[in-house]
Parts: sequence; C-alpha cells; structure tokens
Amino acid sequence: MRKYIALVYVLIGLLGFGSSVKAQDVIKIGVDLEMTGAVAAFGQMTWTGIQIAHEMQPKVLGKKVKLVLGDNKSDKIEAANVAQRLIKKDKVVAIIGAVASSHSLAIAPIAEENHIPQISPSSTNPLVTQNRKWVFRACFIDPFQGEMLAKFAYNHLHAKTAAVLTDIAQDYSVGLSNFFIKKFTKLGGKVISHAFYQTGDQDFTAQLTAIKKLNPDVIVIPGYYTEIALIARQARELGIKATLLAGDGAEAPELVKIGGKAVEGLYYSTHFDEKAVQTDLGKKYVKIFRKKYHKAPDALGALGFDAYMLLLDAIKRAGSADPAKIRDALDNTKNFEGVTGIITLVNGNAVKSGVIRVVKNGEFVYVTTINP
Amino acid sequence: MTLSTFIQQLINGFSLGSLYALIAIGYTMVYGIIRLINFAHGDVMMMSTYFAFFGYIIFRIPWYISFPIAMILTAVLGILIDRGAYKPVRNAPRISALITAIGVSFFLENFGIVVFGGRPKGFRIPKLFGHIFEVKGVTVPALSLWIPFFTAIFLVLTFYIVYRTRRGMAMRAISRDMDTTRIMGVDVDGIISFTFALGSFLAAAGGIMWAMKYPQINPLMGIIPGLKAFVAAVFGGIGNVVGAAIGGILLGIIEIMFVAFFPQLAGYRDAVAFFLLIGVLIFKPTGIMGEVLPE
Repeated sequence: MRKYIALVYVLIGLLGFGSSVKAQDVIKIGVDLEMTGAVAAFGQMTWTGIQIAHEMQPKVLGKKVKLVLGDNKSDKIEAANVAQRLIKKDKVVAIIGAVASSHSLAIAPIAEENHIPQISPSSTNPLVTQNRKWVFRACFIDPFQGEMLAKFAYNHLHAKTAAVLTDIAQDYSVGLSNFFIKKFTKLGGKVISHAFYQTGDQDFTAQLTAIKKLNPDVIVIPGYYTEIALIARQARELGIKATLLAGDGAEAPELVKIGGKAVEGLYYSTHFDEKAVQTDLGKKYVKIFRKKYHKAPDALGALGFDAYMLLLDAIKRAGSADPAKIRDALDNTKNFEGVTGIITLVNGNAVKSGVIRVVKNGEFVYVTTINP
Repeated sequence: MTLSTFIQQLINGFSLGSLYALIAIGYTMVYGIIRLINFAHGDVMMMSTYFAFFGYIIFRIPWYISFPIAMILTAVLGILIDRGAYKPVRNAPRISALITAIGVSFFLENFGIVVFGGRPKGFRIPKLFGHIFEVKGVTVPALSLWIPFFTAIFLVLTFYIVYRTRRGMAMRAISRDMDTTRIMGVDVDGIISFTFALGSFLAAAGGIMWAMKYPQINPLMGIIPGLKAFVAAVFGGIGNVVGAAIGGILLGIIEIMFVAFFPQLAGYRDAVAFFLLIGVLIFKPTGIMGEVLPE
C-alpha cells in the first residue's frame, strides 16, 4: 500500500514539474467577458473576434499565447471576481475585457492594484480609463459618440426635439445620454423628455405613454439591444412614430430578432462597417470572417480582434511578457493599423472615426462615417 | 396628466398586472396545498417559454397545437421536479424544502444557460394576438385583452378543480393534515404530483403569455416574474387563488402608476414591489383575502 502512495506522490511531483516547465513557454492572457446574462451577445461576438485574432497570431516572442476565458455573467461583481481569479489563480500577464463599461469599471481597480494591464475592447464610458495607469481600450469614448449622435440627429435627420431614455443601471447609458443631451442642446435642439429604466426591465409602457404625449422628432435610447428592441416594439404598439436613435449598444442580431418590424429605420452609431474599412488588416479580417461565418462582420468582434492585436503588438515591442513592460509599450501605441481604424492610444483611449448604421429589411446598413 | 394618458396608463398597468396574476395563481395554489414556497416557479415558467419556442418557432407547429403541448410538457416537468427534488424531503423540516426549491431554481437557470445558451431569443406572436386597437388616442394591444381573458379562464378552472372535484377535495385535505389523509387511503404522493403538474401548467400559461407580450426569452427571464408573482401572492393572501389574481392586478397597476407619476424614480420600480411585500408582511401578513391561520 505504502508503495502505491509513494508512486502517487512521484506522479504528482512529475505532473507539477511538467506543468512548471510548460508554463515558461506559454504567455497567458486573461479574457473577462459577458458570455451569459443581459449582454451575452456582446461577449460572444467579442470572443469570436478574439479567437480569429488568436488563430491568425497564436505566437509572440516565440512563445505560445494561451487565452483564459472567464464568464462575468453580465454582472459587476462577477466581472471583478473573474478578474481576481485570472490574476491570482491563472497568473495572466494582461486582461482583455469587458464589453459593458460598468463591468470594465469593476475590473479596473483590480488591474490597477495588481499592476496588470487591462484592455477593454469596447467600453466607451470615459471613466473607465480616467486617472488610471493600467487601463486601456481599443475604442473611442462616449463624449465623441454622443457628439456623433447629436450631429446626426440635428444635421441629417433635421430633428429639433428629442426624448432620451436612459438605462440607469449602466454607466455607459448614463454617460452617453448626458453627452448627447449636451451636444444636441448646444446645436440648437431641445430635449423635451428624459426618462429612465433599468437593465432587465421588460415593460416600458409607462415611460413611453408619457413620451407619446410630447411627440418628439427622435427618441434616443443609449442602452443595450434587448431593452432597445422591447422599447421599439412597445413604442410602435402605442402608436409612436418618432425616429429611433441608439448607440453602439444596439448592434447585435438580437435587436432585429426581438424587435422585428419595430426596429426598422432605427439608426445607431458604432465603430465599424465593412464598407468603411481603411486598413489592410481590416480587409483581411472581413475576408476571414465572411468565409468562416457567412455573414457581415460586426463591430464587437472587430474590436475584440483589435484588443488582442494591440496587446500582442505591445508584447512584441516590449520584447518581454512582463506586465509592467507590456503596459509601457501599450501606452506608446502609435498609428497601429487595426481592423477598426488606425489606432493611437491617448491617455489609454483610442481616437478614431465612427460610423452610423440603420436597420433596413432586418440588416444593418452603412449610412455615413463621422470623424472626430 | 390628461385623462386619456391616465386611462392609457391604467390599461398598461392592468395588462402587466393580469400577467402577474396568471403566474401568481399557480404559485399560490402550490403553497395552499403543500405549504411549500416554490421558488422555482419562475424558472419553470422560463422552461415553458423555451418549449413553446421550439414547438412554434423552430418546428413551425401552429400555435394552437404547440402552445398546449408546451404547457403539457411543463406540467410533466413539474411532476419530475416534485419526484426528483421535493419528494425526498417531504417529511423533512419545511426549511429543507424551501432550500431545495432555491436549488431547483438555480439548477433550471444554469441548465437553461448550458442547453439553450445565454443569448436571448426572439419570440414571434401569432396573428390573432398581435392586433392593436385604437380608441380615441388610447391604444389597446389585443394581448392586453387576451391575457385577462385567459387569467379568468384559468382562475375558474383552478377554482373548479380545487373546490368542486374529488381530487380537489383530496388536495384540500392534504393541506390540512397530510398523515391523516394518507391513513384515509388517499394516494398522497399522486395528489401532490398532480398539484405540481397543475401549478406548472399554470406557470406555462403565464410564461407563454409573457413571451408574447415581451417577446424575448432567456434562461434568467423567470427570476423577476417569479419574485413579482410571489409578492402578488403574498399581497393577495398566500394560499388564496382569487387573492393572488387580485394581488397581481393591483401590483401591476401600482408599478405602472409609480413610474407614470414619478418618472425620475423609474429605476426603483422593482423596489416598490418589494417594499409592498415588506409592508404587507408587517401590517397585514394574511394579505387582502388570506385566511387567519389557527395556531
């Protein structure tokens, strides 16, 4: 019996030894995404993009890159838990994530404290990177997005009055609403109603009944796709005919699946359209995506791809997988040719142009590009 | 607020409330018979929407066939849950059964995530239910009339089964004294299974209506309706089916009116429901129509 126990110990020892040797030629990158819950579509779309990038470049500095995925269940507390686990248990050198600004904001203090660089593919709220040394993002920020929406509403749609519906549970929605209101008022428009709801709400008839009476030109819903789709349906059922406008939180196939005819003619701002691709890498990405999934590539996937590539580019320039050196290299990112545009990180934020798309016959169609 | 807006809000509230009522009826009936707060009720409701989704949207079976099939499948699921999870703890302290119910709830949610995926699915509405009427600026979706209609039918059906049939008599006997009822030669486990089947059947009716009114389904969709139905059931007097229906409708109207009158506080609408629950439990624990329990 004792012999067997000794044998087991030897085996465990060998296994431990084996993995410790292996760990040296693998660079671990943590991914903290919304794979389930309220914005699961976003997490899964982003993960698709990250995987395409990983397949294209599975190695850096001669070592294999290993992605460790954690599901934050579209929950702030879970997002923080996942980040802790990735850093403490999996010993990742950097974290990609999350999509929703509220979740990225939950991860950021943990990244700061542990000196691990975090790069969010698509959190647009300015607070995510503000006064933070270790946090970066691959996308533009909401002051610009709010400006884009306001300009589009005022100049292209000739809207004079707007109603805004804000999701108070999401930092993204609160921020974007305020930036829109500020710019729209400055341009000469008038916000005649500002109503509120919360992620997970299903009934918006009370808010919409109040809006209907005021008859605004546009209704702006800077929330996420599920609620936008339900709001659109209930607005049309109540006989509201105003044009609907949303931010990048609208872009998921679920918007059309849930919203159906009600979301026809809804405009939204986003990061990427295959018609507006500027770089070679972008063209390559569109080709691979189309071949693999037989549909048009989405912004979330493209941003996930860019987040991974930005990180690998930083590791390459740093010449090491040391988190501090990766951070410094990320901070010095200049004119990186990503899928969603040419990216220069300023105070952790990417500065680049955005696009407006519209829902037409159940498809997302390119309308125009708006530059910063 | 003009009169037409007020009437519109009242209709909005009544429409939401009758949905709560439909779900609360099943909730309260199960409690009335076996004194178990079935926290998995909302998740059973969620499963029913997926059954309907697969029948109606994936396999394209007409709604008048696929929806009843979904309801029957949900009833079978109710029996399976009772046999697998609740029967082994039938004679254990009540708290064990309660914790088991919470376990079943978590199991169903995560089972849904693994099997159906975490992304929401869109639900299509049969033409019959999709109409919208407009009367003098007040819009009334046909569904807002269908839901109270079905709620009333299922309320009468439940009432009939519980108070007018032999099976119902056995159910009521079990609610008084399970052991004595068993001695009298009643198949207690069979009757309890039937109770769960009926409760789940009602949950399915509510779930399918819910999916038509708010056409997105996801594995976590049952949590809030389940909790709201619980509040409605307590509000109306837990154990009393008519009270649950009234409690549900009142809860819906209170919620909508709260958002209508205090638009700035719309984020607290769920909190209002739970404050109501706390208030009822402190000041009138038996609810609107609840019986006074002899100690």
